[in-house]
Amino acid sequence: MESARLQHLIPAGCVLLLAAAVTYISFTQEPADSFLFPRIISMAFILLAGWNFIRAAAGMAKVGGGISKATAMNILPGLVVMIVFVFWAAKGLGFYVASTLAFMTIYSLYDPVPFSSVRDWIKRIIITGAFMCVIYGLFSMLLQVQTPRGLFF
Amino acid sequence: MEFLGYFGGVFEPVAMMLLLGGTIGGLILGATPGLSPTMAVALLIPFTFHLSATQGLILLGAAYTSTVAGGAVSAILLKIPGAPANIATALDGNEMAKRGEGARALHLSFLASGVGGVIGVLLLIFLTPVLAQWALKFGPSHLFWIAILGVTVIGSLDSKSFVKGLLSGCIGLWLSQIGYDEILGTERFIFTDALTGGIHIIPALIGLFAIPQVLDMISKGRDKSAIDTIEVPQHSFMDSFRELVASTRALSIGTVIGSVIGLIPGVGGQIAGLVAYDQTRKFSSQKEKFGTGHSEGVIAAESANNAMVGPSLVPLLTLSIPGSPTAAVLLGGLLIHGIFPGSDIFDKHPEVVWTFINSMLIGQILMVIFGIYTAVWAAKIARAPMPIMAAGVVVLALFGSYSVQQSMGDVHIMLVLGVGMFVLEKFGFSAAPLVLGLILGPIAGDYFTNGSMIAAAQDGPWAYFFTGGLNMVLIALVVASIAYSFWTNMIVGSPSPSPSPSPSPSPSPSPSPSSPSADDAKAGEAK
Repeated sequence: MESARLQHLIPAGCVLLLAAAVTYISFTQEPADSFLFPRIISMAFILLAGWNFIRAAAGMAKVGGGISKATAMNILPGLVVMIVFVFWAAKGLGFYVASTLAFMTIYSLYDPVPFSSVRDWIKRIIITGAFMCVIYGLFSMLLQVQTPRGLFF
Repeated sequence: MEFLGYFGGVFEPVAMMLLLGGTIGGLILGATPGLSPTMAVALLIPFTFHLSATQGLILLGAAYTSTVAGGAVSAILLKIPGAPANIATALDGNEMAKRGEGARALHLSFLASGVGGVIGVLLLIFLTPVLAQWALKFGPSHLFWIAILGVTVIGSLDSKSFVKGLLSGCIGLWLSQIGYDEILGTERFIFTDALTGGIHIIPALIGLFAIPQVLDMISKGRDKSAIDTIEVPQHSFMDSFRELVASTRALSIGTVIGSVIGLIPGVGGQIAGLVAYDQTRKFSSQKEKFGTGHSEGVIAAESANNAMVGPSLVPLLTLSIPGSPTAAVLLGGLLIHGIFPGSDIFDKHPEVVWTFINSMLIGQILMVIFGIYTAVWAAKIARAPMPIMAAGVVVLALFGSYSVQQSMGDVHIMLVLGVGMFVLEKFGFSAAPLVLGLILGPIAGDYFTNGSMIAAAQDGPWAYFFTGGLNMVLIALVVASIAYSFWTNMIVGSPSPSPSPSPSPSPSPSPSPSSPSADDAKAGEAK
């Protein structure tokens, strides 16, 4: 019960901090006319965030099951792949190479088939290749999107 | 009858190809558990960026219509509703499939969807211009209140907790204010260079709708559970057609309820399906058969959830208030083409709007034809393993968000918003009000600034924004939407913390055949 309350309290606190920051910036920045509408938003924002925080602190916030440790651990590898892609690999390695690696890594990480099977690795490579060919056809050939090139493609 | 003059645009080769592609693709995406119609439409928006406004809207409209209907395929054959709107369909549809009547259930489902959908689009055709004429009387203060009403209605109705729903709306409104203020030429809330141009709608939509679903998919880890499919023996289409004609009551109840619910902003297809199912059972002489594989249950649910599609666009096109989360994404699709929904949309862009609406009418017919003949194939494709779906959606999201402005900043924003939304959703926040705040924020802000300038020359802001009959009605509606949600949340009782049957890649949604509640409906609609 206590851990459930704490689980709700942390995001409620983060939202309250965000609301406080938005309110502070809205009321301290100039010109005032430009921040008139944000000030109205921030008033509603901080009132609701405060109410939400009080409800969470009182243990009245029950909607939403939170994130269990098992869920967090399951998500973590996939999330790391996405973060590495977005903040480094896409520009460092090249958009297509990084995307291919991201697809292959996420697919392999969550594929229940054992890693020892050579046949399944070949299947993964073929599916990844086929999918990336479709993506290349759609974005580079059809939509003429110029992707960042890093070390590779 | 102005719309009749714009049918030609639908039959142009490119438009027809997009309509066909959107319909077939939508059926497959709709049949895929874990991919909601909202996410499907959000992922398609980057492609429309490279098309003309009419072509883009044809693609999005076809996808919207057919993903809702396609969700019935997995609801019937896999007992996993492809979309929240198909939960009621699974109650009887899967029982029919288990008895070897899967083809009959699919025929009835698509025929009922088609009838409901056509009537819904006809309502859209005849109601929208009337409402648009009425909306011509609105000034900046009214339009400001209408934009705020859009956020409060979705925030109040489309969330399990009204405080968190409204908070989501506030976060969206704040996000919409980030960037350069074009009227006064100042920077607002720009913390990094990536935010200088503000938050673009498309990467935000992709992040807010696609990334949380991917994280949901992978949250089960290396899930070994397999989805059992049911063999589908052949069934005479004409027999199904005769059965539909004989089930006039279920079809009428479903269509009427779906159409009415579609007109109410923020309610959505899931509630339409469940309410229609419940009411059809109450009026049926064979109440006891509901939940055991009764065809009327499928007909009522499917006619309702497709009948709401057309009417959900009435408030969107005339007042900028989307009737459902997917309609909110469509609003984003309109805005990126420079089309601002409102009272003058039929004067400024008649060709775009009427061709779009007509394409939805033709799309309903295509959806029935392709749905009936490709449903079993769609179910097979939809069984693609979860890791492939998750990896595929991630790569599509990365390319889709990058392609809009060819900017890595957009990809960063997409991922940050997506991960943030996933965490917020786990604590009861909802993506739909946040998206609506993000979309309606600039509109509300502009009307507020314009209204303030007019007010400065007249009797001041208080008199301008808070007096006058129409202002008072709109303010009353804003207050009523919040009060209603407060009443249902706080006075009647808090919704259950455990989610109800909702579309998920898990093979056991186990929708109960017992009376579906509105709280159940609201819990899953957040997706």
